Amino acid sequence: MASSASAVDWREEAERVARGIRRRVLEHVLRNGGGYMSQACSSAEIFATLYSRIMRIGPSQGPLVPAPFPGVPSATNKHYFTGAAYNGPRNPHLDRFYMSPAHYALALYAALIETGRMAPEGLAHFNQDGASVEMIGAEHSPGMEVTTGSLGQGLSQAMGVALARKLKGETGRTWVFMSDGEFHEGQTWEAMQILSWHGLDRVGIYVDVNGQCCDGKMDDVLPLGDLAAKLTAFGARVVEVDGHDLDALASAAEHEHEGRPLVVLCHTDPCRGLDLLRANAPKLHYLRFKSAEEKARYAEYLNRLEEG
Amino acid sequence: MEVLAKVHAKNIVKWAADKPEVVVFSADLTSSSEADLFRDTYPDRFFSMGLTEQNMLSMAGGMAREGFTPFVHTFAVFLYRRALDQIAMSVAYPNVRVRLIGFLPGITTPGGATHQAIEDVAVMRALPNMTILSTGDATDVESVLDVAQAIDGPVYIRMLRGEIPRLFPASEPMVLDRARILSRGTDIALLTEGICSEEALRAVKVLTAKGVSIEHLHVSTLKPFTDPQVVEAVSKAKYGVITMENHTVIGGLGSAVAEVMAENGVGRRLVRLGLQDTFAHGASKQYLMRELGIDAMALVRAVEGLLDTRFGITENDLSAVRLTAIHSDAKAEAL
Repeated sequence: MASSASAVDWREEAERVARGIRRRVLEHVLRNGGGYMSQACSSAEIFATLYSRIMRIGPSQGPLVPAPFPGVPSATNKHYFTGAAYNGPRNPHLDRFYMSPAHYALALYAALIETGRMAPEGLAHFNQDGASVEMIGAEHSPGMEVTTGSLGQGLSQAMGVALARKLKGETGRTWVFMSDGEFHEGQTWEAMQILSWHGLDRVGIYVDVNGQCCDGKMDDVLPLGDLAAKLTAFGARVVEVDGHDLDALASAAEHEHEGRPLVVLCHTDPCRGLDLLRANAPKLHYLRFKSAEEKARYAEYLNRLEEG
Repeated sequence: MEVLAKVHAKNIVKWAADKPEVVVFSADLTSSSEADLFRDTYPDRFFSMGLTEQNMLSMAGGMAREGFTPFVHTFAVFLYRRALDQIAMSVAYPNVRVRLIGFLPGITTPGGATHQAIEDVAVMRALPNMTILSTGDATDVESVLDVAQAIDGPVYIRMLRGEIPRLFPASEPMVLDRARILSRGTDIALLTEGICSEEALRAVKVLTAKGVSIEHLHVSTLKPFTDPQVVEAVSKAKYGVITMENHTVIGGLGSAVAEVMAENGVGRRLVRLGLQDTFAHGASKQYLMRELGIDAMALVRAVEGLLDTRFGITENDLSAVRLTAIHSDAKAEAL
């Protein structure tokens, strides 16, 4: 929690977490023969700062090693659970966290491990049959609470939660992590209008603006143009930061935004901390090794990281 | 026959008075979907969402997770067509308590293809966790909210608006997964839903006078579809089964009945009255019901077909029928 760490401590801690996210995801991608690598490279500092400094959440209530998939929600499934427990207890004054682009799940799981909310062994369940630690996370996956793999639905669902909390007089904030690709979706702009119109100012959004989508560079697929200006026109309080600058990420949360939603545009580098990836540009969405030599280069890099 | 106006508008205000968990979302069709009296009475529980249906459905899912019950009001087409992915992933998948109040079912609007929900039951029936209810008169409209609210999961309602007849006594509310049996008989089993039930009642009255024995069920729960009365009715029908729905014949009541008949090995002819795999267009309800073959005369022709006979029934015979409120004899058993 933010309150327990001193200013110097949290920064060192967040740096360690961010390094750990990249290393752990790379380790996993090597073991798995592929994975969502660039997302970890771009978002490591965002997740690290959210969990180490920004979010006021209590200790994890989830099992260190995640439970198996409990079956889909239904009227008869009494064993069903969500992954929200990993983000601490429910409390009116505590924050909530909603991760919208569900293919960032691997980075999120790594963040949970680095912050002591999940055991490293939990990652061995990743994408295994019968596990809750799914590749494209869903609401039963650690750290997740709503099903957001269909992009653009996370923000609106979190807004429904925020509206309910507002009616109940709860003071905790509702944080949403989004990817810039989600700003292609019409639903996101519907949501931005409603956020402003209903004054849901306890909602804060961190966007990983890595300029990438599945087909390649967003500028080649469908450019977003001046995203900050667009969001401002939609009534948001927009803060633009270097998405790898821990201080900038943390202080963005403190910007006054009464009556308006806060949107932090975190400009990031999808190859940050892993220059080898640049050879794959602009196809960075999913890293799949094309040769044994390529994989060996990544393995060697990981060894160097681990040797410090 | 009594005809009432703005039944839902008045009813939900009264009904929600002691239910603070009930909130209403509206997508710029507040009066058109009879949420205006709720808005005026409970402004703190009413949320204007503008024309943001996709966002509205996902928000409803999020809010339901926190203990509220959002009643989402708009035209049915703008729910299941415009925001199907959001209904599937934000509402149906998590099995949350969202009530989708879909207005203008089938051809109850002259608004044309864009406004006519002709395949909503087919689409929503395919969604796991979804319950589907359909209203056919004022009593259904007044009691459907209680039926919906007792369900611990999402519910889609085909809701009627404006001037609505009272076909069934106000003292006999809708019951989940239990058809109203409007007449008993052994020649033909007739299953109708929504506005088709009123139309069918006219034909049944005239056909009964001609000596045809018809078991007529008014179906208000389209999913689940496990009412044992359906199997009983179709099993004893000597000449066959007829379904009549304000919907395409693919995936709605007719399909549901066909599935039940096949699964129970009931080998009877089945005639499905409804839109025959076609879109409709902007015209009056009466005109469209006649054109599309879901009016009383279409039902007479279907019965004549199964019985291989002609009764010489005219439009005048059918329009002369005076309807009074029908007590369902299923009700006594249900109580």
